[in-house]
Order: sequence, then C-alpha cells, then structure tokens
Amino acid sequence: MNEIAPSPGGHVKEGTITMDAGEMRCDANPSSPTAPDPSCVVRAPIGLLAELTHRCPLQCPYCSNPLELEKVNVELSTEDWQKVMRQAAQLGILQVHLSGGEPTARRDLEEIVKTAAESGLYTNLITAAVLLKRERLEKLKECGLDHVQISIQDVDTQAENADRIAGYKGGSAKKKEVAGWVRELGMPLTINAPIHRHNIHSVEAIINYAVELGAGRVEIAHVQYYAWALKNRSSLMPTRDAFMAAARLVERKREELKGIIVIDAVVPDYYAKYPKPCMGGWGKGIINITPSGRVLPCHAAESITHLEFDNVRDKPLADIWLNGDAFQKYRGTSWMKEPCRTCPRREIDYGGCRCQAFALTGDAANTDPACSLSPLHEEWAKVADVESHQSPPAFVYRRPGGATPKPAAEKTPVSSDA
Amino acid sequence: MGEPTPRQRTVIVSDSKPVMPPYIKMRYDAGRNRWIILAPERLFDPDPIAVEVLKLCDGARTVGDIAAHLSNEYNAPVQDIEVDIIAMLQDLSDKGVVKA
Repeated sequence: MNEIAPSPGGHVKEGTITMDAGEMRCDANPSSPTAPDPSCVVRAPIGLLAELTHRCPLQCPYCSNPLELEKVNVELSTEDWQKVMRQAAQLGILQVHLSGGEPTARRDLEEIVKTAAESGLYTNLITAAVLLKRERLEKLKECGLDHVQISIQDVDTQAENADRIAGYKGGSAKKKEVAGWVRELGMPLTINAPIHRHNIHSVEAIINYAVELGAGRVEIAHVQYYAWALKNRSSLMPTRDAFMAAARLVERKREELKGIIVIDAVVPDYYAKYPKPCMGGWGKGIINITPSGRVLPCHAAESITHLEFDNVRDKPLADIWLNGDAFQKYRGTSWMKEPCRTCPRREIDYGGCRCQAFALTGDAANTDPACSLSPLHEEWAKVADVESHQSPPAFVYRRPGGATPKPAAEKTPVSSDA
Repeated sequence: MGEPTPRQRTVIVSDSKPVMPPYIKMRYDAGRNRWIILAPERLFDPDPIAVEVLKLCDGARTVGDIAAHLSNEYNAPVQDIEVDIIAMLQDLSDKGVVKA
C-alpha cells in the first residue's frame, strides 16, 4: 500500500475465461498472490460451462456438442440445476456460462439464472438468440443475468450466407434484433463469430458489425476441429493464407478500435506454433456439465472412451471435482509420457489437447499431434493444407441423428487426405 | 439496430469521473482470500492499490479528487498518484471495466 508502482496498469492483472464454439480456455492468473493451500493441491475451479440442453433450432456444422446429442428426456430438472448452481458457488466457481444447445430452449432458464445469481455466480448467457423475445430477456435481466453472448455466422448484409451456415432461415435478422434489445436493456453484449472457410473473408466486416451492434467484446473464434466440426473439417478448414490474413487483420483492428471494442481471437491449432493449453490444464479451472448431469473436464472429454464420468445426480460437485476419476486422470503433469514429461513447456501447454491426442493416437496421454514434437505432427499439419484447397463438400448439419448417415468410423486426419 | 452514434475511445483525464458499470462486479472472494473483479467472460485480479482506487470510483468523484484523497491518506505526492491512477484507469477503460 505504501508504494504506488510507476508501471502503467500494473495494478490489475487480467485473466480470461473465454469460450467459443470449439474451446474453452481459462488462464485466469492462477499463480497469483494466494499461496497454494498445502492441504489441497487441487485448486478451486473458476468457470462452469453448463450445457442446459442439447436442443437447438440452429444446425451449425461446427457445433462443439457431441455427435450423439442428449435427448430432452434425460435432461436435469430445474431443481437439479439449481442445486448445481449452489454447489458451484460453494466450490469457489465465479462464473457460470449457460450454454447448450440453445439454453433458451429450456423454459426454466429464468429460475436457473435466478438461483445462480443469488448464489453469487456471474451469469453469462451463450445464445443463438433466435428464440428470445424481448419480454423474456427483460425477465432474465431481472433474475440477475449479467451478460449476453450472441453467436453470429456472418454480417447482416450477408444474411443469406449466415442463414445457410446455421441452417436456419431468418436467423441473421433475428439475432440483430435481439442484440439491439440487449443493448437497450443496458446489458453488456459479446458477439461470438465462429470463423471458417465460409466466412473468413468477412472478419473485418464482422468486427465492424459487432461495433455497430454495440458489443463490448467480439470473439473471432476460429473453429476448433472436434465433434461436428471434425466431421465437417474438409468443408470448414480455411487455407493458411486466409488464416494469416485474418490474423493480421485482427491485430490491425485491435489497434484501430482500442477502447471501443475488445477483440479476442482463438487460433485454429492446425495453424498454431504450439498446441493449445487445453482448458488451461485438465481439471484445473473449468468444469463442464452436460444436459443429463455428467461432469466433464472439458466438453469433448466423452470422446475419450475409457473415461468414466460422475453425475451431479449421484455426488456433490466438490467431490467430483476433487476425486472424480475423469478429473484425476490427466490432472497436473504426473500422467505425462515423453516428450511431455521433461518438456520445459509442460506447465504452459500441458501437452495440448487430450481428446485430440486420443482421437489421433489412440492414447490420450500421448503428445497432441498439434505439437511439433509429436511423431504424427507432420502428417497432421498437412491435412489442413490439403483439405483447405479442395472444393468443400456439403455440410453435415448438426441435428439429432444427423451424423449417422455415414456410419463409418470417425475419420482421422491421417486417413482423410486419401 | 440503434442510432449510428460513432463509438469513441474514452480518454481518462484529471476531470474524468470514473465508475464501474453495474455489470462489472468487484467483490471479496473469501475462498481465495483476495479481491476479484468479475466482468463479461473475464476476471481481473486487482492489487490492494487498485481496490482502494476502484472503491473511490463512484461516478461523482473526479480522478483529481481521488488522487488528492489518496495523497492525504498515504502521504505521497499527488502528482505521482494521479499519473499512476490515470494509467490504471485508462487501461481498465479500454477493457470496458470502467466508464467515465
């Protein structure tokens, strides 16, 4: 208190809990002043991604939900979710991201928001917006909703393209209307734009559109290739040149729009230098709960077929977080093999993504092929280049059963360039 | 939607009256034994000086008032304090945490 450091802005460190169509990342300054509690090596989580339902009127081909969508009859009840919100706050979670599917498809969303807010959680609605009515948005605000994130597929002047991507006619116009209500009600707005081959040419227009809509943040969220996005990878993958141009543009717009809008960007790992620190470390900061109550270390974790997941119906959230097999399995660094085990970056990127390692190598403890030290890296990186230069096949739209017409095994990058 | 009012960057000066909008929540996190600022999909970790400054940002006091107050409190040169808090508040304003 007796020293005021001369370094500008040095008094407030920033962490982010960012989520987009494909990934959730938490790097919320975990090693800050608080000394680690010696009795508990596991740190309390910061964010909860609550997938309230897998129902959704949109059919985006890059959806991060699993190919096998959970049905309405297995969804948690209102009381279950309310219990989860209270337990999450007690566990130390600070922010809840109400997601889906489309969370507004649940008629009890107001009650869930109310309980979350009363428990002290910062509430974030991640919505496609097309089902929202103004009265309902007002009601949600009254219930304590703090922030709204609306996804868009393209700008309003490209509504036809946007609606084609989402597989939903009139969606683009409706989203614009809802974004207007959010601002009229004085709520903060984030525009999330999943970026891929079919809209990467619009990145600058999308950023400008987010400014026009009154958003405080815009996420230029390059699609992460899991689940539906992996199924549609050859339709969605942009070329390296297109990606690089978009990345330069984001840098320029950040300068140009400083103090007007915050631009967050998520890089596709096919074009990144290092693997992404998936979830900011497995079981480190984020909990994901599926519509039926399964508790996952990340939203794609069910793709690792040998993991067993606890359910909030059976156990308290704290117990699952601290002791659950799925969380313990890849927590920290002791599970690592070479080259991760002795890698100087092991606590920076945690060997990348466990789900990607599993999908491509058959062992989730292997290095993510996104890492240049993976023996599969070369082959893997080539896939993006090859696919992005071929003419894109038709979308496999995200809908219940939509992934099954092609019953063949999930294609892997290693075989798909044949 | 809306009026095409061009959005502009807020520049924090001595006469600015900063305030955190209602959707930015600064609170004490007892579990972690520290102050935190909750913002849309963001968390901020303010040090004790920042907490002190932000508690004084009520939309009525100017940056100058706040600097004078802290100068008194901590017996430090008001000029130095003002330069420091303007830099801090400008950064927070650019990130949407503070309005002025």
